[in-house]
Amino acid sequence: MRKQLSLQPRIKDTGSPRLAGYNFAYLDEGTKRMIRRAILKAVAIPGHQVPFGSREMPLPLGWGTGGIQVTASVIGPDDILKVIDQGSDDTTNAVSIRRFFTQTTGVRTTEKTREATLIQTRHRIPETPLGPEQIIIFQVPIPEPLRFLEPREVETCKMHGLAEYGVMYVKLYEDISAHGRIATAYNYPVMVHHRYVTSPSPIPRFDNPKMDRMPALQLFGAGREKRIYAIPPYTTVKSLDFEDHPFEIEKWDHCCALCGSSESYLDEIVTDDQGGRLFVCSDTDYCEERRVAGHKSAPPDTVKLAITRLKRGK
Amino acid sequence: MYVAVKGGERAILNAHELLAEKRRGDHAVPELTVEQIQNQLPLAVNRVMTEGSLYDPELAALAIKQSSGDLIEAIFLLRAFRTTLTRLGTSLPIDTSRMTLWRRISATFKDLPGGQVLGPTYDYTHRLLDFSLVSESGERKDNRLPVAETVLLKGTTPRVLDLLNQEGLIEKEAPEDEQGVGDLTHHPLHIPADRDLRLQNLARGDEGFLLGLAYSTQRGFGNNHPFVGEIRFGQVAVEISPEELGFPIEIGEIDVTECQMINQFKGSASQPPGFTRGYGLTFGHSERKAMAIALLDRALRGRDLGEAANSPAQDEEFVLMHSDNVQASGFVEHLKLPHYVDFQAELTLVRSLRSSVQEEKTEKEGK
Repeated sequence: MRKQLSLQPRIKDTGSPRLAGYNFAYLDEGTKRMIRRAILKAVAIPGHQVPFGSREMPLPLGWGTGGIQVTASVIGPDDILKVIDQGSDDTTNAVSIRRFFTQTTGVRTTEKTREATLIQTRHRIPETPLGPEQIIIFQVPIPEPLRFLEPREVETCKMHGLAEYGVMYVKLYEDISAHGRIATAYNYPVMVHHRYVTSPSPIPRFDNPKMDRMPALQLFGAGREKRIYAIPPYTTVKSLDFEDHPFEIEKWDHCCALCGSSESYLDEIVTDDQGGRLFVCSDTDYCEERRVAGHKSAPPDTVKLAITRLKRGK
Repeated sequence: MYVAVKGGERAILNAHELLAEKRRGDHAVPELTVEQIQNQLPLAVNRVMTEGSLYDPELAALAIKQSSGDLIEAIFLLRAFRTTLTRLGTSLPIDTSRMTLWRRISATFKDLPGGQVLGPTYDYTHRLLDFSLVSESGERKDNRLPVAETVLLKGTTPRVLDLLNQEGLIEKEAPEDEQGVGDLTHHPLHIPADRDLRLQNLARGDEGFLLGLAYSTQRGFGNNHPFVGEIRFGQVAVEISPEELGFPIEIGEIDVTECQMINQFKGSASQPPGFTRGYGLTFGHSERKAMAIALLDRALRGRDLGEAANSPAQDEEFVLMHSDNVQASGFVEHLKLPHYVDFQAELTLVRSLRSSVQEEKTEKEGK
């Protein structure tokens, strides 16, 4: 385990300017220790949701307070933090959370996936593969994958205890019989280490395969719902499916209009009110890195053609 | 060519500045002081303290000023500050029979030891806008009631429910157990929850949400035939008993409102017919909230009393998991955050679903 996860009774000051009157990373050391205990338990039982004494943070519940508390309890003065939302470092909430940690820890931040030791994310996993020295921390709104099938916590606890996941498979089967395919586009349920059905958080299912045997530690924090769960490095993560209807990911007819990547998750940008669209990488760092490396955008007519095809519906 | 939007940080800082300007309003009007809010908007201060779970009128007033009067935002500010405070100790249970009372009423007995004291209440005011308050000089100066002449009950005033208790008509208060009192701000709430945690949850709960649920019990969704046994509002001493001293010492006084509801109980296999209790306690003067808590406390005791629980207000998980307005507003308002990755995933899915429907249709028409 990394050094930052060991108990640190007092954190050495980095010398960087940070908010006066608050402890390093805002939370007091006792609270951090409580959260680290929950994290250790979560790592020991991959995919299992561990209740923890979630604190009221100065950012709104539902805006990433679970991820923030997890980050705050594992971050150390030598860490380099990256915060993304929708794959981008520049979205308002990512900016706000990064600012919070800059102010309360003074640690270095980065936009480069390769450079970061801690990555806090909402709704995406970076395209650049993560390494064993990294921790990715997901912000989770609803940690319970069964919540929309069974609203009661008392019941879902039992279902996990008994590994009684029939209802989830029935839901997927009903999708197939009604639509010919599984109609879940994001927050697509996964089976972690052959035992717990787990919510990957609302990442697009495009990102699900990245979770499988990921070398980095994956931590999930749900502040409002007071749950932490984890996927340890190199753990098997399988997206639920059927033999005759295997799991598949989104594909685009286009490549990124900026870097030409045909491998990445694309955002659709509305360019005018005539049905004009542009597709660009949602992962801004990945896109930037490719452009610096000399990758070019697709010729404009390709983009136009793609849009025309889209408008025709195929 | 599309260029990714940058400069989020600058935009956020500018938004903060604009907000500060909006909050200040017209500079020709004198700035509101925290002291004025604390003294002249005490009911707003009380609500913020109660739902913010922190008894500090000055900080609550500051939060109201900082939030431009948005009380849920003020509650959030106070809660976020509260998290950073060290717990120095746990107080002894407050003894409300030894309160100094500004107000004490009972709807169940015409007269009782200590008497009925109306105190400062809006209850019998006619809701006519008082235009004399428009001008500052409209302040009443002449027929002001000297504070000394207001009725105050000091010393010990027995609680109505204790009087009923002598006859054995009402269930006894549960004796203190060994477990101590839970704290849902330090440990996640598990359902089913014990009554201490339920009451803590309700005290912190949103007044509007609780009021609506309490109202629903009166309209047939979990009827529990309530009577206001007693409402009292006043000042009560807070005591702690430090281990090294071994005896209690008073550390201050707080204003609280206590409501005890009396509810009909037809009896069960193990209990004879009698009355049951619903209890509500809030900081400061907030009767509406205290009454709503008391109604819901009783409604949620169905499990203990062997009653059927078929209505929303009787459903513990439904009530307790949705009562907190800081949680609720956070999650509802998080929909303002960008969701374009999820939306893109949905778009792709809906388009492909539609195109397969279209294909099938074309195929059928072709045949």
